Amino acid sequence: MKKTFKMKDLECANCASKMECAINKLEGVEATVNFMMQKITIDAPDDRFDDVIKQAAKICRKIEPDCEIVV
Amino acid sequence: MTKRQKRTLVRIILSGVLLVAAYLLPLEGWWRLPAFAVPYLLVGWDVLWGAVRNIGHGQIFDENFLMSIATIGAFALQEFPEAVFVMLFYQVGELFQSYAVGKSRRSISQLMDICPDYANIRREGELVQVEPDEVQIGDIIVVKPGEKVPLDGVVVSGSSSLDTAALTGESLPRSIAEGDDVVSGCVNLEGLLEVRVTKEFGQSTVSKILELVENSASKKAKTENFITKFARFYTPCVVGAAVLLAVLPPLLFGGEWSEWIERALIFLVISCPCALVISVPLSFFGGIGGASRLGILIKGGNYFEVLAKAETVVFDKTGTLTKGVFRVTALHPENCTKEQLIETAALAESYSDHPIARSVKEAYGKTTEQSRVADVKELAGRGISAVIDGKTVLAGNDKLMKEAGVVCHACHKVGTAVHVAAEGVYLGHIVISDEVKEDAKAAIGLLKAAGVNKTVMLTGDETAVGEAVAQELGLDEAYTKLLPADKVERVEALLNGKKSGSLLFVGDGINDAPVLSRADVGVAMGGMGSDAAIEAADVVLMDDKPSKIAAAVKIAKKTMRIVRQNIVFALVVKFVVLALGALGLANMWAAVFADVGVSVLAVLNAMRTMAGVKADK
Repeated sequence: MKKTFKMKDLECANCASKMECAINKLEGVEATVNFMMQKITIDAPDDRFDDVIKQAAKICRKIEPDCEIVV
Repeated sequence: MTKRQKRTLVRIILSGVLLVAAYLLPLEGWWRLPAFAVPYLLVGWDVLWGAVRNIGHGQIFDENFLMSIATIGAFALQEFPEAVFVMLFYQVGELFQSYAVGKSRRSISQLMDICPDYANIRREGELVQVEPDEVQIGDIIVVKPGEKVPLDGVVVSGSSSLDTAALTGESLPRSIAEGDDVVSGCVNLEGLLEVRVTKEFGQSTVSKILELVENSASKKAKTENFITKFARFYTPCVVGAAVLLAVLPPLLFGGEWSEWIERALIFLVISCPCALVISVPLSFFGGIGGASRLGILIKGGNYFEVLAKAETVVFDKTGTLTKGVFRVTALHPENCTKEQLIETAALAESYSDHPIARSVKEAYGKTTEQSRVADVKELAGRGISAVIDGKTVLAGNDKLMKEAGVVCHACHKVGTAVHVAAEGVYLGHIVISDEVKEDAKAAIGLLKAAGVNKTVMLTGDETAVGEAVAQELGLDEAYTKLLPADKVERVEALLNGKKSGSLLFVGDGINDAPVLSRADVGVAMGGMGSDAAIEAADVVLMDDKPSKIAAAVKIAKKTMRIVRQNIVFALVVKFVVLALGALGLANMWAAVFADVGVSVLAVLNAMRTMAGVKADK
């Protein structure tokens, strides 16, 4: 499944690319962080999708603590 | 400004005041520490906190951490005012950057402000406003003057003019009446329109365009990928160099510890790659926004690179360079006047609905008095015979004339000739051909001026017709009588034959899909949002004007120029300051400029791409 989420308070372009890089390391997941539109698109297997989203949100918080994925 | 930005601004001002106060206090030595620590903590507590938090997360090379180390180091070296000022300036820069990015985000969404908020729908005799995505296919919606057309559809009643500027960049309004198609995103200027919806909101032009523009940033240009990769190595390398710089000289050559540590701190301040990382996507984003304002949709940052290198442009003929509509282009009367010739032909064709008959009647311009016409016979493959005002008139091709024993001669003009004869006397002929678009010739000239060195036309049409068009427009090469498969072959041959540049193929998007995808960049005439074109092409011209190709190339060139400027500027400043810092010639102030100052300038420069270029007619 492929879904796009809004991101809140994504302020740093370098962090956005770090997030993208880290989320892409998750197994079977393809993610693009669109810094300008403040959006993230995640493509992950259906059965693990919710889990992947949670992990992605955690990764984003780790890199930029104020940044949130709006689910 | 957001609340957060305002709070930061207040902190910066207060801290600045306190910094001046601390500077003026008559304190000596370590007594100055508490005096400067107050403004420092006031302005930088969130940076320090962020650093602590991120170390917990294993993020060592993050900018908060680097700034914290650099400023705490300065405190340790008793450079109190510098430490506070570096933090202060860093926060000013961050604030400005966040403000600028927010502003460009907003101005691009304004550019793309074509999304309708509601649709008026009749329910039980009353008009109600509903969400556009609640409207079903077949529903009748009402568009009042001044409102946006919310969904694609067909006008069932009313006439008006539409402002299509948001979609096409064209400032001239388009007049529409009953039976015409309307496209969502246009603004109704005058009358009340009732429209039968033909597409769901998700499938309508507005949604497609918005989706396309928003997603375009995810197709990253090579430059952007390079920069993100570069950033990943840059920071660790500079930090590593800083550590070596702090440790090695004092250990090996007996240098002063404090001096070398200070130089290392300068490295840390410069080690953030933000200026580069932010300015590159911002430039592409701005370029996409600026282009879409001219009615040029570019599907991704990667296409800017290819467009900017355009070397060969290949055109399809019908619908791309020509209008794809047949018109009378010449009247060659003999034994009568031009008016008589066209009048006779129009009367003869008055009952026919053949495309040729329609174009003859259109050229005549007046209503044909069908009472003057009698005994009309359609002669298949030859033409028409009719009795007009008592005279037998023949209108058709040379075969028809030959059969009737009328001497006619072939025309030197390219196109379909309709010969006319009355009572066995030849009256002359009318030439009908596909009209070249008004700006087609200018388009070729503009492309040449934009650095394209070869223009080619491919067409399935007759050699004589194709070559005449190619000559009229000044194209370099023309290949005629091509089947769709031949077109792909031709394009492949051209791809092999070209040098380092790229090949653009411009088509009308309906039957050119294989060629569009084979070319380096496929440009389609969007025909105000025809689905096939939007799907297949990399670049879509919303108003079908070939001159916009040159504008697209120009925008691409400008965007790439700005991207390169930013990269070179940021790298040069950073490396110069690094070098000077290592030699002890640069201080903290220079380092902060190399970090935040450069990124502010790069962001400002990147925002220039949004202005687009002047669209030449």
